[in-house]
Amino acid sequence: MSVDWLIPAILTIVTAATPLVFAAVGETVVEKAGVLNLGVEGMMIMGAIAAFATAVSTGSGFLAVIAGAGAGLLLALIFGVLTVYFQSNQVATGLALTIFGLGLSALIGHSYVGKTFEGLAKLDIPGLSDIPVIGPLIFGHDGLVYFSVISVIIVAWFLNRTRAGLLVRAVGENHDAAHSIGYSVTLVRMGAILFGGAMAGVGGAYLSVAYTPLWVENMTAGRGWIALALVVFASWKPWRGFLGAYLFGGITIIQLYAQGMGVEVSAQFLSMLPYLATILVLVVISRDSAKARVNAPACLGKNFHVSV
Amino acid sequence: MAETPRLELIGITKAYPGVVANNNVSLKVMPGEIHALLGENGAGKSTLVKFIYGVQKADTGRMLWEGEEVRPANPNAARKLGIGMVFQHFSLFDAMTVEENISLGISPELTKGDLAGRIREVSAQYGLPLDPDRYVHTLSVGERQRIEVVRCLLQDPQLLIMDEPTSVLTPQEVEELFKTLRRLSEEGVSILYISHKLEEIKALCHTATIMRMGEVVVECIPENETARSMAEMMMGENLVSPERAERHTDGQVKLELSNLNVVSAHQHGTELKNINLQLRAGEVLGVAGIAGNGQRELMEVLTGEVLLDEPASIRIDRVSAGRMDPIARRGAGVGLIPEERLGHGAVPEMSLWENAFLSGATRMGLQKNGFIQVAASNAFAEKVVDEFRVKTTGVSHAANSLSGGNLQKFIVGREIMQNPGVIVALQPTWGVDAGSAAAIRQALIDLASRGAAVLAVSQDLEELFEISDRIAVICEGRMSEARPVENVTVEEIGLLMAGIGLEGEPADAA
Repeated sequence: MSVDWLIPAILTIVTAATPLVFAAVGETVVEKAGVLNLGVEGMMIMGAIAAFATAVSTGSGFLAVIAGAGAGLLLALIFGVLTVYFQSNQVATGLALTIFGLGLSALIGHSYVGKTFEGLAKLDIPGLSDIPVIGPLIFGHDGLVYFSVISVIIVAWFLNRTRAGLLVRAVGENHDAAHSIGYSVTLVRMGAILFGGAMAGVGGAYLSVAYTPLWVENMTAGRGWIALALVVFASWKPWRGFLGAYLFGGITIIQLYAQGMGVEVSAQFLSMLPYLATILVLVVISRDSAKARVNAPACLGKNFHVSV
Repeated sequence: MAETPRLELIGITKAYPGVVANNNVSLKVMPGEIHALLGENGAGKSTLVKFIYGVQKADTGRMLWEGEEVRPANPNAARKLGIGMVFQHFSLFDAMTVEENISLGISPELTKGDLAGRIREVSAQYGLPLDPDRYVHTLSVGERQRIEVVRCLLQDPQLLIMDEPTSVLTPQEVEELFKTLRRLSEEGVSILYISHKLEEIKALCHTATIMRMGEVVVECIPENETARSMAEMMMGENLVSPERAERHTDGQVKLELSNLNVVSAHQHGTELKNINLQLRAGEVLGVAGIAGNGQRELMEVLTGEVLLDEPASIRIDRVSAGRMDPIARRGAGVGLIPEERLGHGAVPEMSLWENAFLSGATRMGLQKNGFIQVAASNAFAEKVVDEFRVKTTGVSHAANSLSGGNLQKFIVGREIMQNPGVIVALQPTWGVDAGSAAAIRQALIDLASRGAAVLAVSQDLEELFEISDRIAVICEGRMSEARPVENVTVEEIGLLMAGIGLEGEPADAA
């Protein structure tokens, strides 16, 4: 009997975690390149509204996701031009980006409130998807869920195994050295920022076309900030960020079920749980401070300009 | 000569706001020639080589490579031409391995296949031991430099630019490096060699171009000159050698290390084993050693960056000081000159007067009721700049805007002017030009003459023999007995540094 309850719960956990996976993985690359973009929340919400608007007007989930990525990318482009080319402060610019995104999305989204979209199609492989328990758990998700897992694999491989990834880390570690060896800090950072923006946009798109296929103002509800925190607590490692996202998503859903079943703990405390547990677990697995120091990009948040 | 110069510079001029770094500089380097570029800190050598290596562009002037006019737009283009460079300030990434660092600094084609194997091969071939899997932040300065050298050698350069490559090497290592360079030269590789060590230049270089204030003053054949004559051409004035006044080295013990055992906080660090030492008022005690033999760990416990479990292992004026933090130690009259100027010696982004305040706040009375005495701090910093002839246009400039040698003069001056009872200096003249180095050494000697106790840790034996009353050697975390400088030879110290014949050492307690 318990399995009947469990499978839908796990499916919901996956959908709750996926937007965080996208945003966190994207931001990991950005921060590894030495840029702190606090505009994740703004890029996510712009991705969400762009995707939902496209979904409603075209009916295509695929186009919707592309639109979401595009919107996140555009916002990231503004951030990149301001911080990389005009040397504006990264923290202030990122915060402004979030506020800008929240406001603009509310404006655009005004006419979409109350509209609906049937949601992304679930993968349906005849035979495999019908296997009890395993079928829905492994083969019963929408395409973006698989894409999110693949993106973690690719980003982890890119950062640790490829020369281009090494260059991204180098730029984040010591931009002066990277410059004097002859690499373009500007280009690497712009690339990373745009990638991070597109990923945050896809994360936002997932919220509005798959998780809850409708538009509500401010529907990201702080997930961009959670993604940012995940990146740091995961010591800039994609797989730990993935784990953190699922932990957070998991406990969010479980505490909802617990509230629904009338557990004798105050709802406020239960709502706190995902945050507490995620931070606690990630702090514990990254507790070796010497290693954490090595993982942290040394130039994080510092603008680069050719001196003298 | 009918031969085409490998590199020829004609009339290079480069001006920065307020200063002309290079004024109409011309230079010729022939194939296989080892060409020295000499000049004081700030004479414009770095600007010139940055231009050759494509890091910066000149305002006017031409560069000919094998007779053809070129204009390397960036270091990649310079590397393609066959120019390799070993930087004075290393272009390394601390959080990455040796192999990753090298891979970033060479052309992509060279990174294919067994790069680690080739690193081992080249480093063994040229006597520059390197483990490709080690992380850079665990390496000493000397080891870090090897990465830069190996990185260049992997690319088979036609012209190798070396910016003060030997400043952190031991005499034996320097000899090894020179063998390498001479072999490269015989193979036809040209070398542009920047150094302050004039004896080395005499021994190694075929020709020398001497620069002063951004201009070429003269070209000479180092073999036909003396170190002194070259130094004087660089400075444009006469060089004064450090003078040693008669000193009493039997003063009271100012700093005492007894049974000092320290487990290194660093990965692959060196454990300090049972170090005993007495530093007396009025003497300069030199500690020689190859980088990575415990100097960093020794400095950390002396400065108070690392605190000891056993407070009595370090005593300052007979007071147990093992658990005093750096501020308390400064309060107790200890002056500290760490190895890394940017980061340990000074806060890079802060102005000179702020840096002067940070170290001198207590002893110079630069704070009152929790407020900074801005005027007094400025005055103190200005006094340091004046007395130690730091080249800067004002004390409100950031520490990292000064050249390495100038900043070092400032840091040394700042500590000495606080009139400490004990001063601990690690590599006090690293990367500093001959004139300034002489001034720093003289200042340390004068301080001792006034009754302070000076502990100088250095790899530069010439320097240690010049300033020290007694010399000890640190090797693999053990320290030899300090011996009066009259009773030891450079060869003996060199052997001790290499770990040969640490006789009279107590057996390892463990």
